[in-house]
Amino acid sequence: MTSGSDGGEGLEAQFDQWRRYVERRRELRQPDVEELEDHLRGSVDELVDAGLRADEAFLVAVKRMGSLDELSREFAREHSERLWKQLVLTGGTDDPAEGATSRRDLLVAVGCAVGAAVSVKAPELFGLTPEADGAFYGTNAALFALPWLAAFLAWRRGASKAVVGALVALFALGAVAANAYPLADESQSVVLTAIHLPIALWFAVGLAYASDDPRSPRRRMDFVRFTGELFVYYVLIALGGGVLVGFLFGTFQAIGVSPEHVVAEWVLPCGAAAAVVVAGWLVEAKQSVVENIAPVLTRLFTPLFTVALLAFLVTFGLTRGGIDVEREALILFDLLLVVVLGLLLYSISARDPLAPPGLFDKLQLALVVSALAIDVLVLLAITGRISEYGTTPNKAAALGENVILLANLAWSAWLLLGLVRRRRPFTALERWQTGYLPVYAGWAWVVVLVFPPLFDHL
Amino acid sequence: MKVAKDLVAASATPMVLGILAEEDSYGYAILKRINELSGGELDWTEGLLYPLLHRLERLGHVESDWRSVAGERRRKYYRVTDSGLAELAEQRRQWAAVVNTLKEVWRGPDGPGLLVAMPTGGCA
Repeated sequence: MTSGSDGGEGLEAQFDQWRRYVERRRELRQPDVEELEDHLRGSVDELVDAGLRADEAFLVAVKRMGSLDELSREFAREHSERLWKQLVLTGGTDDPAEGATSRRDLLVAVGCAVGAAVSVKAPELFGLTPEADGAFYGTNAALFALPWLAAFLAWRRGASKAVVGALVALFALGAVAANAYPLADESQSVVLTAIHLPIALWFAVGLAYASDDPRSPRRRMDFVRFTGELFVYYVLIALGGGVLVGFLFGTFQAIGVSPEHVVAEWVLPCGAAAAVVVAGWLVEAKQSVVENIAPVLTRLFTPLFTVALLAFLVTFGLTRGGIDVEREALILFDLLLVVVLGLLLYSISARDPLAPPGLFDKLQLALVVSALAIDVLVLLAITGRISEYGTTPNKAAALGENVILLANLAWSAWLLLGLVRRRRPFTALERWQTGYLPVYAGWAWVVVLVFPPLFDHL
Repeated sequence: MKVAKDLVAASATPMVLGILAEEDSYGYAILKRINELSGGELDWTEGLLYPLLHRLERLGHVESDWRSVAGERRRKYYRVTDSGLAELAEQRRQWAAVVNTLKEVWRGPDGPGLLVAMPTGGCA
């Protein structure tokens, strides 16, 4: 049975439209959509037989079908596994268009991952080995994987020519910074470059990520979320990789072959580089399907870090000793402040902007204020040290970082206080954080590009 | 009168299995048949029927296949399995117990007058 001849084509167009609309639902598979469409057609036929015009019948039948949201919810309840299957490689989508897109994504991601893996090994063609040229590999580490991740993201976003140009320029600049200066292998600047170049280039990845609208605070916040998710995925992949390596060793040794050479020279370095791209692709592929994990971790660790920081401050006040400003201690404190900032950033990224201030915001204020206090103590220690012994690249870099963090934390504390007292909207805090991101990028570039000549390549 | 949601949900499985025990059928026809048999009192939604059919299929009580019957569209037909028939028999026993109990309860103080409104003969 087909519907009446009058208005038949218009009706088919409506069915087409309806099908496309329904197919977008993740809960529904292609056969389900067909089954429901058959149902709809049955309903329309009956109404037409009862004397309605085709378009009227269609409207009534769709209306009778009930809300699609409700229908999808029932399907989701029955087929909860489908929402999880979106995570895995082939996705299991029955929509051919979406399937083709995700397959193309996968191919490009695999291509970029292979590119990253090859990049790690390419220097060996020119006689550079990790054993003999550790400094080269240290400073260039970020240049093996990050350009490929940026390329994947830029491709996925369909980045404009201007953005692609900027990306190429930034990575070229990074390559120059890593290799142009005559730095001794043991110099402080080599270590500083090895630490700061990845940070500087990570913001280039951010540009690729937000290439559709780099100025938008929302897109920047998305990039912050992306960073956290990528980190979580990378750690998970690394854990899996550890298990794989363990099995490789065990099984090959059992048959009298030592895989040590292959694992150390190929599996580990290539895997580590390729996994950056793979993790990025995973975050992109599963977007919006599963609740973000990084903000959940933040919720868990914000109270714990607050307690730890407060305990440190109280102990510090009781013992009245100074902070030991040896290099390791400085790095530790800087890392601590960065972690605090990360906790702040991720809870901002997960917070409902319209929610009224709550206990968690007060907790965050306590965390930020105690971090501020620690930052001031560290700053005092560093400046005392610099005025006493003169400045070195390490101390100057630490000083700059602490000043930048101090500015961010101080203004964040002020905005948080305003939020808790209901004087300021949450968005002010969000805007401040996303607006501040380029400052970190700028400083990282300064350390990488300006410090070596400034300190005579020390 | 609309039958309460809980009651509809509880009786849905034996009804679908019972209808499929008569003959193989597809979603739209099952829904019409329910509507017809209940004299319009039971108004099932698609959100109830299709997930239920899929669940019964997952449990092995029904099987489905796409058929092209002459003069009709290609449709997904459902067929009850042996396990479905066993489930139906079990549900019938349980429903008979419930219906008989209710009859006894309602036969009580007000006499059989109330029973006029009751459909007799248990479930379909």
